Amino acid sequence: MCLAIPGRIVELLDADLQLAKAEVGGVRRNINIGLVGDEANPIAVGDWVLIHVGFALSKIDEVEADLTLRALGQIGKAYEDEIADLRQSQIT
Amino acid sequence: MKFVTEFRDADLARAVAANIAEIAAPGRHYKIMEVCGGHTHTIYRHGIKDLLPENVELVHGPGCPVCVLPMGRVDDGIAIAQRSDVIFTCFGDMLRVPGSKGTLLEIKALGADVRMVYSPLDALRLARENPDRDVVFYAIGFETTAPSTALTLQRAKREGLHNFYVFCNHVTIVPPVRALLDSPDLRLDAFIGPGHVSTVIGCRPYEFMSADYGKPVVVAGFEPLDLMQAILMLMRQLAEGRCTVECQYNRVVPWEGNQAALRSISEVFELRPYFEWRGLGFIAQSALRLSHAYADFDAEIRFDVEGVRVADPKACQCGEVLKGVLKPWECKVFGTTCTPEHPLGALMVSSEGACAAYHNFGRKTFAVTGAMR
Amino acid sequence: MIEQQIQRRPPTFTTPRIDMSHGAGGQASHKLIEGLLVPALTNSALRAMGDAAIMPFAGARLAMTTDAFVVRPLVFPGGSIGDLAVNGTINDLAVSGARPLGLSAALIIEEGLETQVLREQMDAMAAAAAQAGVSIVTGDTKVVERGKGDGLYIVTTGIGMIDDGVFLSADSVRPGDKILCSGTIGDHGVAIMIARGNLDLEALVLSDTQPLTPHAAALKRSAGSSLRFMRDPTRGGVGTVLNELARDCGCGIAIEEKNLPVREVVQGACEILGLDPLYVANEGKLIAVVGPEKADEALDALRSVPGGEDASIIGDAREEPTGRVLLHTQFGGTRLVDMLVGDPLPRIC
Repeated sequence: MCLAIPGRIVELLDADLQLAKAEVGGVRRNINIGLVGDEANPIAVGDWVLIHVGFALSKIDEVEADLTLRALGQIGKAYEDEIADLRQSQIT
Repeated sequence: MKFVTEFRDADLARAVAANIAEIAAPGRHYKIMEVCGGHTHTIYRHGIKDLLPENVELVHGPGCPVCVLPMGRVDDGIAIAQRSDVIFTCFGDMLRVPGSKGTLLEIKALGADVRMVYSPLDALRLARENPDRDVVFYAIGFETTAPSTALTLQRAKREGLHNFYVFCNHVTIVPPVRALLDSPDLRLDAFIGPGHVSTVIGCRPYEFMSADYGKPVVVAGFEPLDLMQAILMLMRQLAEGRCTVECQYNRVVPWEGNQAALRSISEVFELRPYFEWRGLGFIAQSALRLSHAYADFDAEIRFDVEGVRVADPKACQCGEVLKGVLKPWECKVFGTTCTPEHPLGALMVSSEGACAAYHNFGRKTFAVTGAMR
Repeated sequence: MIEQQIQRRPPTFTTPRIDMSHGAGGQASHKLIEGLLVPALTNSALRAMGDAAIMPFAGARLAMTTDAFVVRPLVFPGGSIGDLAVNGTINDLAVSGARPLGLSAALIIEEGLETQVLREQMDAMAAAAAQAGVSIVTGDTKVVERGKGDGLYIVTTGIGMIDDGVFLSADSVRPGDKILCSGTIGDHGVAIMIARGNLDLEALVLSDTQPLTPHAAALKRSAGSSLRFMRDPTRGGVGTVLNELARDCGCGIAIEEKNLPVREVVQGACEILGLDPLYVANEGKLIAVVGPEKADEALDALRSVPGGEDASIIGDAREEPTGRVLLHTQFGGTRLVDMLVGDPLPRIC
């Protein structure tokens, strides 16, 4: 149900069979891209997709991924700032 | 690895953990359920519980599509696999699940042609390559996997294959969650929503949980930082008195779901009037079967599947663990009669099952946890 | 909340038929060996159950080991069954602290095997033996009917002599000792899975099959009497070897996920399939336990041997938890590394 992994499209193979080649950390596999992309925004080489049992389920939105990491980083930064403040406020 | 490694960063983890600890009101005990078995696996594999404060407890839900299959259905699959004219294909997850008289791996030892596949398309290829044998694909999984089975069947139809069949055991996520919310012995504060099911069905289907039952929901990804962030988002809702559905997994989950996937499901499948769930009993409209248009590919019709009901072994408490009422180690047979090697129930076999996850990853005394820090 | 300590009962083997999990190197294999095979043959050399049996002989110690090689396909990126057959047995001798004296090879050939394939495997065995500095001095050949064997099975037996002053055993491991791994894990198992072709994965992963004699020698030289124990993690992987070690030495073992050497491409294949590299087979790596005073020197010595460049100190032995292996995850949590049950199976969930 849940094991799906991000992969990058490296080659479009067959439009009729909806096949593309994806790469995950150096490993390549043919996958079906029939569930992602449409005429307005077809899947292209370089796109990142979420792969589950040999099918791409969703396109990975790189901007959203970045935003998520930034939000996490903000939490991180706030945390780091607090620790820094704590250290500075110690009476020497 | 991109989109993976960044979400496993330990420094960010500590920061999020500190925030969670800060928000958690002392003296209050929080119970958060992760619905999806894949989340259970992540929690144990990365040791996420170690980063949470003592008063934030994670309860494991019924989102393991292997664990919730009643023994009778497992027996039905094994009966099909034992036929000499059949090449029986399935995912690795199913090979060791115990039926009442054995597992698929055991009948393979006795000569059944049981083959593990990574994708239903691999099973389709076997059907093309072996026109004189019947190839059966054991379809399991929630809405995450159903579209893949659907597209495979659409292709089988287009190619006019006459020897490909699907034994359909796809289940849907909303009915069992509703059954849990309705059950009187459950006291939960919030839910971590299933990230990959949501790539197909979107986030709207969970709105009833906050609107009707007053429980906040955050749909989460599967890397450890995704879960930590989702837990933080839930804690913030609880602290601020908000109650709504949010999505942490924005990089992948479309709020409205995947229309192509939903269309494929509605073309190829229909809802069964009811289906039996291990531990939860019969639930209406909670599982899929092949629609009339695809009857020629239905293994249950072709092989006249008996559909016998088999009760769980008396000692088995899978149902209560599935509902989150018991923790794995509270089950009377956990680790003694029921181990990953000799599982009594599916929760000990499936890598998503709470018992297997805990047995394989989580058994350690508190003294030890202290020593590791 | 007190969590239960799980009681481990002595194994009894009651399964009516043998299945594939009994050959995977994990718990099922152990139950077969400890519950049926060893009790039937019982003697002290066998009961010690090291990679090689140690027998006193004319004032010295003889090491003897045997291994059966069953692999499909016969030839794969990085090697072939012939390489495995020689290196595998050499390695069991090497990690027992022995210098190999000679090997035997028994061939079980399936009717219909192309002669050219057999010739190539004999050449591979000869080359591997030459590289390891040992000879195959005796052998046997049988042919079985078509359908009764995967082309070719090879059984090799090796005899070696253990150097004076070398005493390796799990018993000598104590809390504080460091655990070294000689290089990247999971290469062989993933190479084979990809070579089988039915998972449709394309990746350049080579089996790591190689003789470990120089690596074992480097460790003996640098660590001297601080070298406690060595083992090569074949089927069942590093996770299985560490569990066996923890059980046999009575200590706890703690390893750091970030120190485990794994090639990116092996990690990628494992992520796709849902496998853990800790349980995937290796054919050219060793795990060594060294006293802390010599650990850094031993690491440098390993890294200077070709094939040992990625060696790493992956963890250490501790008082607690007795008999268990813990992993400190990259994420900052901890989890148990349990004994593998059967074959590591790809999953979709």
